[in-house]
Amino acid sequence: MVGADSYWVLKLKQFEEKGKKLSPSDFDLEAMKALRKKIDDWEKSVLTPFIDESPEKKDPVDNASKIPLKRIYTPLEVHDLVYSRDLAMPGEYPYTRGVYPTMYRGRPWTMRMFSGFGTADQTNKRLKYLLKEGGTGLSIAFDMPTLYGYDADSDRAEGEVGKCGVSVSSLEDMETILDMIPLDKVSTSMTINAPAAVLTAMYAAVGEKQGVPLEKLRGTVQTDILKEYIAQKEWAFPPDAHLRIIRDLMVFCTERMPFWHYISISGYHIREAGASAVQELAFTLADGFSYVELGKSAGLDVDSFVPRFSFFFNSDMDFFEEIAKFRAARRIWATVMKEKYDAKNPRSMLLRFHSQTSGVSLTWQQPLNNIIRTTIEALAAVLGGTQSLHTNSFDEAWALPTEDAVTVALRTQQILAEETGITNVIDPLGGSYYLEWLTNEMEKEAYKYFEKIEQIGGVLEAIKQGYIQREIANTSYRKTKDLESGKRFVVGVNKYEVKEEEPIDYLKVNRALRKKAVTKLRILKKRRVESRVSRSLQDLRTAFENPDINSMNPILEAVRSYATLQEIMDVGRQVFGGWKEPIIA
Amino acid sequence: MSSLQLLGQPQNEPRRIRILVAKPGLDGHDRGALVLSRAFRDSGMEVIYSGLLPTPEQVAQMAVDEDVDVVALSLLNGAHMTAFPRVLQFLKEKGGGDIVVVGGGIIPDSDKPKLEKMGIRGNFGPGTSLKTIVDFIKKSVEENRQRISRKEGGSVTRKPRSKNSVKKAKRPKNRSR
Repeated sequence: MVGADSYWVLKLKQFEEKGKKLSPSDFDLEAMKALRKKIDDWEKSVLTPFIDESPEKKDPVDNASKIPLKRIYTPLEVHDLVYSRDLAMPGEYPYTRGVYPTMYRGRPWTMRMFSGFGTADQTNKRLKYLLKEGGTGLSIAFDMPTLYGYDADSDRAEGEVGKCGVSVSSLEDMETILDMIPLDKVSTSMTINAPAAVLTAMYAAVGEKQGVPLEKLRGTVQTDILKEYIAQKEWAFPPDAHLRIIRDLMVFCTERMPFWHYISISGYHIREAGASAVQELAFTLADGFSYVELGKSAGLDVDSFVPRFSFFFNSDMDFFEEIAKFRAARRIWATVMKEKYDAKNPRSMLLRFHSQTSGVSLTWQQPLNNIIRTTIEALAAVLGGTQSLHTNSFDEAWALPTEDAVTVALRTQQILAEETGITNVIDPLGGSYYLEWLTNEMEKEAYKYFEKIEQIGGVLEAIKQGYIQREIANTSYRKTKDLESGKRFVVGVNKYEVKEEEPIDYLKVNRALRKKAVTKLRILKKRRVESRVSRSLQDLRTAFENPDINSMNPILEAVRSYATLQEIMDVGRQVFGGWKEPIIA
Repeated sequence: MSSLQLLGQPQNEPRRIRILVAKPGLDGHDRGALVLSRAFRDSGMEVIYSGLLPTPEQVAQMAVDEDVDVVALSLLNGAHMTAFPRVLQFLKEKGGGDIVVVGGGIIPDSDKPKLEKMGIRGNFGPGTSLKTIVDFIKKSVEENRQRISRKEGGSVTRKPRSKNSVKKAKRPKNRSR
């Protein structure tokens, strides 16, 4: 039961207090009163006659999250701003303006292009190509069987192998993917969740073979299972089972892999599933708080494991809303970590994030237009202070990107970094009345969601009841209806359409891949030491059955013995079972 | 041959379309399927939603068990050339050969004629309006019903349904298997 002294309720009351005219701020009260009068005069004598002659859009105009917008923002809308409290300097609590004191003046964001398709070999080539063309970090995409923990020779993998990412069924595939890529020199992100611990173990095993110890490995594994239940829907076991394995991963990495981000708390997928920017902000951070609680419940001190959290956000087309979202996210995380979770280490309060331009904003129609969309979204992410960025390719509403398309996407980032000058000044849009007002609004809306979720009983309970999923589905349907009814326009789709679309060249993944993978697995299973495999799987079962044992060690051993991904995940399925999502209609 | 008049339905009132929305195989990207389920419901259809990760065989079984007029298959993961024809094949084997099958998702242009030839219609891509899809389905089902009634020679009939297969649910139903 939540009483009136809930932290979220207190914060919401604080916002209300700040809004009242009497609180001290950076703006002089008398000057604000005078300004109010001047603006009233302007509305009467300049604006109204002008509108009579030349009408505006209908009032009010909402932004993409349905926040009503004024026609212009002035100091009056941010009259309660106190710079040192609400913004502060970059690298200074609450980090609204950026996580580091120098931001891109010290080091540009990592250009981390998400890629993977077909065989391990094809993906290895694409990764090397991206590094050669100036990509500064690796990011691997896996196919559906791998994401769900099935091998390429499984019946369920029929038709799916290599289609939307690279197929990984064992350590052998990982070795091929990373062949000739020095793991002590690159950082790698792996977008995988249900089998995140297994893929981490595979990466570590490849590092071992290269002579790079665990402590030196740098990278990220997505792991965030809460957002799977909410949006991406790629889980294998029930929530408690996954959370236990995540806890094991957290403890293991905190001790042995200090440069490994063992979780990337994600909003990207929540947004792609149809959520608004406000919902993305709120649900992602709510998930983040849940993981803080998870680590605490494992007996870890907040300051020992939270510094290795990372985040992953979407960057969509409502330009200013995205920038406000990123700034609000930083401020909220820092504030809650300090005030609610009592973090003392500043690194626990830093919200560092990767972002990806929105896939769902891209159109199948007139695909070259997508280059513009991706550019705008990338610009928003950079102006929002992202640490790392993936830009989508223009052909991605058609298929996985061709080499030419992905080159344009990478060049987009490089042009932003080299030619626009936006990296020379930190948080250049900070201080914009509109942006600061919108940052405040989104922050407030997020806290409302935090309170609501707490009333329901927390994120996990909200997921089991389908509350979060339903919120997203409602927004998603509303967005589609808006498009359908002409309340919202997408160029090429319901405005400026062409009668005959010009077809483009797109990537075709060879359907015969599964046969190759099946053969490869058969050969692997012949050459590995079967007794070692079965012993490791037995140990894993014991670990899964006993929550006091850290499952990472048996997972590592199983991986080293060339147990396949599915063999490992099947142990989990046998011990934990599966999970059916609630009806959300 | 039985007539629907036995179940109290006037002969010249069009029967509500029963539609199964399904994502066969390993594809968790359900935004489209969920939006369409609501749109179909709003347009007056009785909607059943397969839930996540059913196999093609399970989809076909659901379609036959629920005695649907049409199955709407949605896939965004590139596996449509395997999964869609499988559903069709199982439908035929299970006696659902008269059920209309409509596809959609991320389907390359070069695959569409192949799917059409197999009997999977529509194959709607990103940005297709809800109206286009709903109208297409209504038209396809109507044409199919006429075809069936001509085949069965006479009044519009429907395979008699047992009591438990009459679903009054107005909300898309999540069938978990």
